[in-house]
Amino acid sequence: MSEAQHSRPAPGTLCLQVRDLTVTLADTGTAIVKGVSFELQAGKVFALVGESGSGKSVTSLAAMRLLPDALRISGGSVEVAGQDLFGLSEARMQEVRGRRVAMIFQNAMSALNPVQTVGRQVAETLLLHTRLRGAALRDRVVTLFHEVGIPDPEQRFDFFPHQLSGGQQQRVMIAMALACEPDVLIADEPTTALDVTIQLQVLNLIRELTRSRQLAVLLITHDMGVVKNTADEVAVMYRGELIERASVDDFFQHPKQAYSQRLIDALPDLTHFREAATEAPLLELQEVKVHFPIRRGLLQRVVDYTRAVDGVSLTIGRGETYALVGESGSGKSTLGRAVLNLEAIAGGQIRFRGDAIEGLGRNAMLPYRKQIQVIFQNPFSSMNPRMTVGDIIAEGMISLGLGLSEEARRARIQALLQRVQLGAEHANRFPHEFSGGQLQRIAIARALAVDPELIICDEPTSALDVSIRAEVLELLAELQREFGVSYLFITHDLSIVPGLAHKVGVMQRGKLVEQGTAEQILTAPAHPYTQELLAAVPRL
Amino acid sequence: MFAYIVRRLIYAIPILVGVNLLTFTLFFVVNSPDDMAASQLGDKYVTPEAIENWKQKNGYDKPLFLNPQAAGVGQVTDTIFFDKSVRLFAFDFGRSESGRDITTDVATRMWPSLAVALPTFLVGIGVNICVALMVVMFRGTRLDRGAVFVFVALMSISYLFYIIGGQFLVAKTWRLVPISGFHTEGQVWKFLILPVLVGVVAGIGAGARWYRTLFLEEANQDYVRTARAKGCSELSILFRHILPNALIPILTGVVVLIPSLFMGSLLIESFFGIPGLGSYMLDAINSQDFAIVRSMVFIGSILYIVGLLLTDISYTWADPRVRLS
Amino acid sequence: MKPVLLWSDALIFLLVISLALFFWRLRRDPQTRERWADVFSSRLGMVAFTVIAAYILVALLDSLHFRRALENPESLATQEVFYDNKVSSVFDVLTGGMGDRFERTYSAPFALLSFEKENIKDASGRDIRDFPPLRHAGQHLAHPDERAADILAKSAKALFWGLLLCALVIAPQWLVLRGSPFPWAASWITQGVILSAGVWMVGISHHYHILGTDQGGADVLYQSLKGIRTGVLLGTLATLVMLPIAVTLGVMAGYFKGWVDDVVQYLYTTLSSIPGILLIAASVLLFQVYIDLNPDFFAVGMEKADAKFIALCFILGVTSWSTLCRLIRAETLKISQLGYVQAAHAFGVSHSRILGRHVLPNVVHIILITFVLDFSALVLAEAVLSYIGVGVDPSMGSWGNMINGARSELSREPTIWWTLTGAFFFMFILVLAANLFSDLVRDAFDPRTSLRRADA
Repeated sequence: MSEAQHSRPAPGTLCLQVRDLTVTLADTGTAIVKGVSFELQAGKVFALVGESGSGKSVTSLAAMRLLPDALRISGGSVEVAGQDLFGLSEARMQEVRGRRVAMIFQNAMSALNPVQTVGRQVAETLLLHTRLRGAALRDRVVTLFHEVGIPDPEQRFDFFPHQLSGGQQQRVMIAMALACEPDVLIADEPTTALDVTIQLQVLNLIRELTRSRQLAVLLITHDMGVVKNTADEVAVMYRGELIERASVDDFFQHPKQAYSQRLIDALPDLTHFREAATEAPLLELQEVKVHFPIRRGLLQRVVDYTRAVDGVSLTIGRGETYALVGESGSGKSTLGRAVLNLEAIAGGQIRFRGDAIEGLGRNAMLPYRKQIQVIFQNPFSSMNPRMTVGDIIAEGMISLGLGLSEEARRARIQALLQRVQLGAEHANRFPHEFSGGQLQRIAIARALAVDPELIICDEPTSALDVSIRAEVLELLAELQREFGVSYLFITHDLSIVPGLAHKVGVMQRGKLVEQGTAEQILTAPAHPYTQELLAAVPRL
Repeated sequence: MFAYIVRRLIYAIPILVGVNLLTFTLFFVVNSPDDMAASQLGDKYVTPEAIENWKQKNGYDKPLFLNPQAAGVGQVTDTIFFDKSVRLFAFDFGRSESGRDITTDVATRMWPSLAVALPTFLVGIGVNICVALMVVMFRGTRLDRGAVFVFVALMSISYLFYIIGGQFLVAKTWRLVPISGFHTEGQVWKFLILPVLVGVVAGIGAGARWYRTLFLEEANQDYVRTARAKGCSELSILFRHILPNALIPILTGVVVLIPSLFMGSLLIESFFGIPGLGSYMLDAINSQDFAIVRSMVFIGSILYIVGLLLTDISYTWADPRVRLS
Repeated sequence: MKPVLLWSDALIFLLVISLALFFWRLRRDPQTRERWADVFSSRLGMVAFTVIAAYILVALLDSLHFRRALENPESLATQEVFYDNKVSSVFDVLTGGMGDRFERTYSAPFALLSFEKENIKDASGRDIRDFPPLRHAGQHLAHPDERAADILAKSAKALFWGLLLCALVIAPQWLVLRGSPFPWAASWITQGVILSAGVWMVGISHHYHILGTDQGGADVLYQSLKGIRTGVLLGTLATLVMLPIAVTLGVMAGYFKGWVDDVVQYLYTTLSSIPGILLIAASVLLFQVYIDLNPDFFAVGMEKADAKFIALCFILGVTSWSTLCRLIRAETLKISQLGYVQAAHAFGVSHSRILGRHVLPNVVHIILITFVLDFSALVLAEAVLSYIGVGVDPSMGSWGNMINGARSELSREPTIWWTLTGAFFFMFILVLAANLFSDLVRDAFDPRTSLRRADA
């Protein structure tokens, strides 16, 4: 069919070999990647696991010689079929990229050219490396689209990236990478930006293609679930070094490093659940609706509503954790904001300790603000960069009139900081001096400062690395035991639910499709959507 | 789309009314017709009768907003506000203080303005894009940093010096073209080439620097890395990926200026003696002919609003992601 | 001597003091300090800042005005002191009376003879038509041929004193700032060049007109130097007028949204739809008419010019707030969505406190970038406005007025180029320094550019 199609390598053939790869910062010479070696074999998925800043993405970019200007390859070699890529001229390297070694990236939406049709973008790879032109070129792209599971490939050819869903965009990326039948595919966090159900589909596709095309795949990820589902071999990177390497089965059964064990521990244990508490209800939602108007036409009349939250009823008891699970756009965060009275509701009732609090004015709401607090997803944007940590924590105490003297307040701030395992001396520092995990602890301290009874946790751990995630969740659980506070825990990730929540509700398109105790939902889901979500959860 | 345009045009009405009220306040309330007459007549001739005469001649003898002496609708229409401001909406600009018909003047004078402004605009964009592209090809090198310094230096020179320098070198020292003037028959280009050249050169600093930033912003996007991973050469990345994306902000950024090209350039036209709207405005300012200034303010506002509308429309045309609603 | 406080003098000192306080307060905030450190750790930033500081210093010195006491004639037996009608400044004193040495008309730089022929008497007392000698140039020379050697000798002497002054000024700085990580050496070299050049100019100007004289016979160098105050004041005062309007409206629109936002958007769209130059010209002309009709308001001519100048600053400020307002509105909209503002709402923090503690401090960088950027734009605009005839009063020295007066003389043979050169040079250096500095400030403070650096 085309010259790109050459004979596939036999399973197990060595396709890419990295030896002693060292990458340093161009200006200071600090090593980011320190002497990493591994090799990829045809038909196998090799997973490179590590947390942010471990140097795993830098390793993959270095292998393609695509490092940003600030980084420099200062040693080692990358061999493809016996040829050292670092010895090639830039022009020769361009022949290798896309043809011998292809790459897909984390965020497909931004990795695709927004003003070119996806068909043309895939065709460009073929134009560069093959002699296919005209109708044959288009046919080949359509075939590729078909192969990676894009529906109606003929029409989709002329679509722009923004007209496709996230999963389809990533499929286009894969089609683009596979167009010239490369031997090696480097996938840099290919599913991180996708919803869980889509994640599974894309991983399965990569898995299938690895077998059918005898690809050698380098899969870069921070997600142990992805590794478990997809990889044949695992290597763990930690601070620029490869600290452990094993086959997948060996790795999960007998990890050699304590750090690896920590990563594995982050996987959910679907055998132990928290008993549903039987306390009196603290927060009751009845048929709560939040609608956003859709305006159309000449006069911008409201023609319809986006039903972000469409009749949700749930109850949270004292000292209880209610996990609200759903994918992006399901309305779960909007519901959280509605409880906080930051979003006007279109119908229904919100009762807190029996008092109806929906639609209260600014001042009428004040007494309840003391009792309902919030922790946000992004720790970096949830603190004013120009205030000290002490001032940030004190803000609520002052504005809600806790009536503490200056010294009492300072003492309380110090006690709170120590309670969330930070030092009292941190009160005079500014947010940018802290890591994401530390900031989230400060956010917890800020919420606790006013002694709330309910904290709305809006994806508080999804911006954190897995090992830190576990620590923050543990802290939240401890605080619940200590202060008897309730959580409305909003998350997209079912896997953190066991060990955290008493009750679970699953949201889809503004509706609560299923709710029950954590055990019920995770062991015997009734709704097909819950089942789908659960299928995507990795397990040991 | 159509509904959108109609709605935007309806939104334009309160803005034009606002412009109108503002100018009216400036010209008639802050500064009474008496003051205007006094300054027009000059110190020596100010007598109550002369002022009355002047006001009558120029139609300023009526009340500002409401005329109790007139009958019926005349109470509203027989006022300065109606005469001088409301009529603008019907594109009836009336007569200048020297008695000429403003509408005719504008209609004849806008063509020379356009003859200079349009080529300056088009050539300018082309030149700036080319210069910026060349610099971006060498991004991160000394050449790039040097070029940025030169751009900033070019920006730091007053427009007046570009004109004076251009006239001095090209017209006076080298005697290539006439220093100034304009004829409609014969070799018009001879009179146009120097103003256009000056306009383009004066714009390179700011323009090329801005475009360079836009190009660099695109060069840091993820899709450029994707293109590199495909095996694209740097040159084809620049022309096939970066340029089409950067053209969106470039085009949509300049579209707002297109209608205003009719207004011409104050400085260029007065220095080069081009009988366009720019020099018309300057003459009006110098002779304190407020009737002309008022009309030009109104025309300018309309052109700006049209420009805003064109900007929105150009987005849908240039950027597949944007849909108007 | 009797001090004279013009309105613009008071405003500029107020401005400088408040700016100094503002920066002093910013020191508390480590992030801001870090960004400023970025700006000043580049040599270019140091040089640009030193140049701007020198211009501001000249402007400040030129804003300390006074009227000289006149010596009472012997015949008048009264104790009453009379004051000169002419207002001088400390800067005039420092330049050694450079501005008092008038010629009859044009003369070229370092010329000994006037540019135009006049009827004069030659040595034998006959009337001839020739270039008359200048009154204040080369009077001490025995023969015109000695001029070159004399200039060299005087320059060497001036350079000696200049270097001595440099040593005096820089040595204490060196002692204090020795171990500093910032490239102070770049600043010291710049200071050295400026100081030496200054001493040289003052020294030589006693014997020659370095940049010649203009049509009225005034020293061009002196006029160019006087233009500094006008340029610096206009650039800062107009922005000062514009800032409160733009910031208040922008923050309110972005924070409260709804009808407040609609009104603010309407206001700035309306304002920006009016061709700026026409609006400015019309406003200035109207003020002009007002002054003409009320001539008794001002004691000295300078006060009238000053009132016109302040009016111009106000008009420029009031007509140009829309761009900054738009930027601040957009930024406030963004900030209102961020976690820390949401958290503040959840804590029941009052609107005024949220605006003051969370929103305002986080839009300061936009204000700062605009302030520096607009400064150079306004200096350039002054020249254009003066050319159109709606700029500063002709009696007030300004680069725009210089260009306006000189452009028609370009067609003469030989060309009179020095007035333009003087205005060009002093204006270009200031605008270039401000533009370079604003580039660095933007690179350091614009989150988009700093993000880009973090990525790399």
